[in-house]
Amino acid sequence: MSVVAWRKVITLVEEIVAEGGRTLVTPARRAIVGAIVTNPYAGRYSEDLTELIELGEQLGEELGRRAVEALQRDGSVVQSFGKAAMVGEDGELEHAAAVLHPLLGAGLRRAIGGGKALVPSSAKVGGPGQVLTVPLGHIDAAYVRSHFDSVEFAVNDAPRRSEILVAVALSDSGRPLARIGGLMVNEVLGEDGLR
Amino acid sequence: MQNQDMFPVQRTLLHIEEIYHEGGPRTRSPLLRGAALAVVKNPFAGRYVEEIAEAMDVLKPLGRQLAARLAEALGGAELVEGYGKGAIVGTDGEVEHGALWHVPGGYAMRQTLSDSLAMVPSTLKVGAPGARLDVPLVHKDASYVRSHYDAIEVSVSGAPARDEIVFVLAMTTGARIHARVGGLQVDQITKRDGLR
Repeated sequence: MSVVAWRKVITLVEEIVAEGGRTLVTPARRAIVGAIVTNPYAGRYSEDLTELIELGEQLGEELGRRAVEALQRDGSVVQSFGKAAMVGEDGELEHAAAVLHPLLGAGLRRAIGGGKALVPSSAKVGGPGQVLTVPLGHIDAAYVRSHFDSVEFAVNDAPRRSEILVAVALSDSGRPLARIGGLMVNEVLGEDGLR
Repeated sequence: MQNQDMFPVQRTLLHIEEIYHEGGPRTRSPLLRGAALAVVKNPFAGRYVEEIAEAMDVLKPLGRQLAARLAEALGGAELVEGYGKGAIVGTDGEVEHGALWHVPGGYAMRQTLSDSLAMVPSTLKVGAPGARLDVPLVHKDASYVRSHYDAIEVSVSGAPARDEIVFVLAMTTGARIHARVGGLQVDQITKRDGLR
């Protein structure tokens, strides 16, 4: 167990073998790991959100480590990443921002051993069973068009009103049948996180 | 006929939940609840076919694969205490196509898990892509063990398409996290009849 006092952790590992009636040359794999944690600022306004910022870093590393493990078990190499949070109704959208933006990416990059691009994210206030869509983008070059993707995540009993659901997603590939051009993986320079 | 010819697998999903508490005392070793799902093409979609029962044999290898993968993900077959199964049939199919899963899904889990005398509970429905299914769970040795009545909610984003079926096996490593409503306890299982 980690340093994080979560209530529940959920891991999804998806393997896409065929899409649109076509069998993929290489199956596409994705891992999504989400944790349900208590929101220390639920039900009150706090100017300072340090606790959530620090929690974000721990979650980035721990959830990232689990997602990497889940993909590596099948021999996959991480090509894209994403993050998202859903805050229960006694919290604010800013609480999701505190978990996600300052430090979660740093923890996630440590877990995957790199990643120059911005980690794409989504956030909302929501309730139990609500679907959270986690965006995905290439880890080193945000403009790689084949890797603009997203995955869905929902937990039937969370987030309760004083909880936050935080999820990271990793994939070993772009969209299953990507064919709309743009910057390709083999053209990535990997210097500025964009191209 | 092979599984892959009649029910080609389009994607698989492994769903594992680690539950530490639900507002009560926090456990050190979490309850694990999981499901293994396979999205397959429905060979009977879009028409009425009278004779479908033979397809149950064809699905047996898929059942065994899902059961083995799920038990392994939960730490091994010896740790599994509860089970359940289900199916979501895409909208060009019938709920009867989902019922094909009763035999291969149930037998796969019984082969994978020791004892497992209890009937494997199930839910079936026709659903659109992303439809969510609540899969019931009971103790694998005795259906009346009250602490193990549970459920896991599953879905696959984008599936089932209208000509697909999502088949589900579910397992759990223990009782509900704060079980305390009495009834038959695990240490009171004596009759070995699958019920008590």
